[in-house]
Amino acid sequence: MITAVALEDLAVQRGERVLFSKLSARVVAGEAVALTGANGAGKTTLLRVVAGLAAPLAGTVRFEGLPGDAGVDDARREHCHLVGHQDGLKSARAAGAELEFQVMWTGGDRAAARDAAARLGVTRLLNLPVRVLSAGQRRRLALARLIASPRSLWLLDEPLSPLDTESRALFGEIMGEHLAGGGLILAAVHDPLPIPARQIRVGA
Amino acid sequence: MLLLRRELALAWARGGGPLLALGFFAAAAVMLPLSLGPEPARLARVASGAAWVLLALASLLSLDRMFEPDFEDGALDLLSLGPLPLEAVAAVKCVAQWLVTGAPLALAAPIGAIALGAKPAAAPVIAAAAALGGLAFAFLGGAGAALALASRRGGLLIAVIVLPLLTPPVIFGGAAIDNFQGGLPWLTPFSLLAAYALAAAALTPFAMAGACRNAAS
Repeated sequence: MITAVALEDLAVQRGERVLFSKLSARVVAGEAVALTGANGAGKTTLLRVVAGLAAPLAGTVRFEGLPGDAGVDDARREHCHLVGHQDGLKSARAAGAELEFQVMWTGGDRAAARDAAARLGVTRLLNLPVRVLSAGQRRRLALARLIASPRSLWLLDEPLSPLDTESRALFGEIMGEHLAGGGLILAAVHDPLPIPARQIRVGA
Repeated sequence: MLLLRRELALAWARGGGPLLALGFFAAAAVMLPLSLGPEPARLARVASGAAWVLLALASLLSLDRMFEPDFEDGALDLLSLGPLPLEAVAAVKCVAQWLVTGAPLALAAPIGAIALGAKPAAAPVIAAAAALGGLAFAFLGGAGAALALASRRGGLLIAVIVLPLLTPPVIFGGAAIDNFQGGLPWLTPFSLLAAYALAAAALTPFAMAGACRNAAS
């Protein structure tokens, strides 16, 4: 379990442009942080830096609460979930097969994938090819991975945007449970999260 | 294993997996006598060389689908956050590519070469050489495909990067088969082919992982 994520003096660039610099923040277990900022301020890039998918221009990301010999990459590979605009679901494959792969790849099992699908109300869609799903249905499928394979740090990029009102409320409930279980959430948002969250403004 | 199964399923889903490479190989092997004329003596002389060139070209066909779709739909991000380092993910992808194109082509290569006039006794050598060559093609092709990520119209770029690297296995493999048929020592070029294939398999995963990380950031 990760007990805290510390961002220290991060500077991030995209292409040639420096998006922000000197960003320091700490997210502790049981806490949700909402990253806000204008379009292009660097929220998505910041999430990718935390996930290790992009390198920061300067500064470091530290994960606390892990055994001493665990490196940063191990922490990411075992404790980190990222749900973004691109969900990695293959349009030609059945939704169930894709969910199962994503869940098992991140450390969960088949039964958990089924339960998570039921919780998010996508059981009915599992036999359909991903290409016929709507944006909201795809997002619910992607979110099912979060609860099916337990990882403590959730990095969410606009998690609510394609969801309907009912699903937003449900996902709020799910996020609440994750925090109550000692999880951490770092979410880039425009609309406020349906749970109490500390705000950090990115850029400008 | 989980990843290998998925890669194989994806390869089947997009364009029938091995059928594309096999179909290309068969069609090209059939066209060769049409363009060269049907004299058996002339065909027999070019059989093994032609078979190798066709193998190399057939293995190029699906390279642009190795990393590009995963890069575009975000699956590469997910794969980076799984239990295996990206180097191992890349190696698994290449093994899947080999299973889907290289291995079936290794079975088809003796048939094609013999149909063009190679000696039937050479079939095992041709299959073994084609299997090793296919391994080199898959890993070097993967490296080319990863390097071409994030560049528009990467398909042509992949061919330009990869074809020069495929030249040594074509030379060694062609020499091994020719020497075997001519009763000359064939083990030396064959071992060189094996060494080249194994070196490619050992080294290129690092290049692929680096290229993928670079493209994603």
